Amino acid sequence: MSWGLADVRVRRGRVLALDGVTVPVGRSGVTVVVGGDGAGKSTCLQALVGLVEPESGTVRRPPKERVGYVPATCGIYPDLTVAENIEFAALAYGVGRGERDRRAARILGRTGLDQALRRLGGQLSGGMQRKLAVGLALLHSPELLVLDEPTTGVDPVSRAELWRLISGAAAGGTAVAVATAYVNEAARGERVVLLESGRMLASGSPEEILRAVPGAVGVVPGAAGGVPGAAGTAAGAGTAAARPARWWRRGPAWRVWAPDGELPEGAEPAEPDFDDAVMIAALAHEAGGAR
Amino acid sequence: MSGALAEARGASRRFGSFTAVRAVDLTVGKGEVVGLLGANGAGKTTLIRMLLGLLTPSDGAVRLLGAVPSRASRRRVGYVPQTLGLYAGLTVAENWRFSAGAFGDRGAPVPGGIAGWRNELAGRLPLGTQRQVAFALALSHRPDLLVLDEPTSGVGPLGRARLWDEIRRAAERGAGVLVTTHNMEEAEQCDRLVVMAAGAVMARGTVAQIIGGRTVARVRCPDWNRAFTILDASGVPVAVHGRDLRAAAPADEVSALLAREGIAAAVEVVPAGLEEAFVAMVAGPQGA
Repeated sequence: MSWGLADVRVRRGRVLALDGVTVPVGRSGVTVVVGGDGAGKSTCLQALVGLVEPESGTVRRPPKERVGYVPATCGIYPDLTVAENIEFAALAYGVGRGERDRRAARILGRTGLDQALRRLGGQLSGGMQRKLAVGLALLHSPELLVLDEPTTGVDPVSRAELWRLISGAAAGGTAVAVATAYVNEAARGERVVLLESGRMLASGSPEEILRAVPGAVGVVPGAAGGVPGAAGTAAGAGTAAARPARWWRRGPAWRVWAPDGELPEGAEPAEPDFDDAVMIAALAHEAGGAR
Repeated sequence: MSGALAEARGASRRFGSFTAVRAVDLTVGKGEVVGLLGANGAGKTTLIRMLLGLLTPSDGAVRLLGAVPSRASRRRVGYVPQTLGLYAGLTVAENWRFSAGAFGDRGAPVPGGIAGWRNELAGRLPLGTQRQVAFALALSHRPDLLVLDEPTSGVGPLGRARLWDEIRRAAERGAGVLVTTHNMEEAEQCDRLVVMAAGAVMARGTVAQIIGGRTVARVRCPDWNRAFTILDASGVPVAVHGRDLRAAAPADEVSALLAREGIAAAVEVVPAGLEEAFVAMVAGPQGA
């Protein structure tokens, strides 16, 4: 059996921060938890590593010393040098000197941090800080690696390097859970959980989530003057919220979701992609919540 | 110059011996959503500051609404920084009055979309709501040019759809929109992209034009863990996607590396994604 959350509820004050959330984390491979600000991603990961206590549900994780966790805030000591950060993490996890040097050399070489050993953590660029944090969390070869938004605000080059580190950990047999607000990072997951307001919108492999899209998706080329084919919604007729919610934009074009498969006139059928699947899951959830 | 809303012609900016922006051409026309893409330190912010007249070019020229940037032309610009730029200690209504006053629009009523929060302190609102308020403020004076920094990062799907709808409506009214980002989802929402690295423009065009003919090798094999380890150790930029691997290297090279270790794998050449193309462009052979 693997690690993860099963049907977990977490209450924070009066707010139900997680409501029946299940996040399976396999013994190798990456689980990606995707959602916007306030969706419950951090709470999910904090429940997974034992920082918050669920009101109900099951949490499975290895013993604390076999877990590597990087919070969204940072995960390094800004007033220690890179070398000191490594030494501190190694001591905290009881990693012996030989082992530490071997693993640190590998991680440092991979991230380019070997050029910055004497620099203070706080003086590194954002991307370098994240790479150091992930490297520190990997120093004791954890069984479970938990990363809260490691790539947020990081530029694409550093993001690629981070994902290479994360992929390497997964390939080496570490169970990995990563939270992200970037929908396109979901494709990197073997399993994906979409969260919104503490609830699961969808879960499964990216392919499964895509296959589960009900109805049909259409596309209408960009046209000024409002939603094509939808009466009474010309531009200026109200706020975006007043429009039928099944339309959304992609670039200058409109995309439309017909839950019953009947596309409105003028819409060309389109093969749904993962972005569509996420949008449709959110729309379906909203419709369900309003009932 | 032309009727562009914002334009840089051979614009450069040096700080001492460091060249932050090197001979950049950029135009944003009416009704266009242009994405300015670049890694950190690529020169995006310096370029924007020149376009707004907050920095003078060392060489070349910039025009904002057809003239040298000035206080008057900046009044016709709406700007939403990544940090949103709200006064956390003021209410939404106070933020509105401050902004309307600054743009010479004193007395304008708080718009309906954000009026529900008028008496809340901006800093106490959820981030998504703060973003809506910041947008309403930036759009309040019907700007001719909108400058947006990662406008939808961290926003859930419905909120994101709402924001892009507002951005597109502004463009349909004739505004030009310049989006600076390193979020590929945002880049894919733009009409065209300008990719910067190390102060210079590396590529420009639609998403398809930026990707060009770039490909990656997709590796499928039961023993993906070992395949990853072998490719990674050989210095091939590679990443796990589900149970597939994607490697930024020629397929025959990838096949040969795996075959040498006795790994049977289906290696297929597939089109690169925007992010993969971007990384290949700015980082060369590093990174996957």
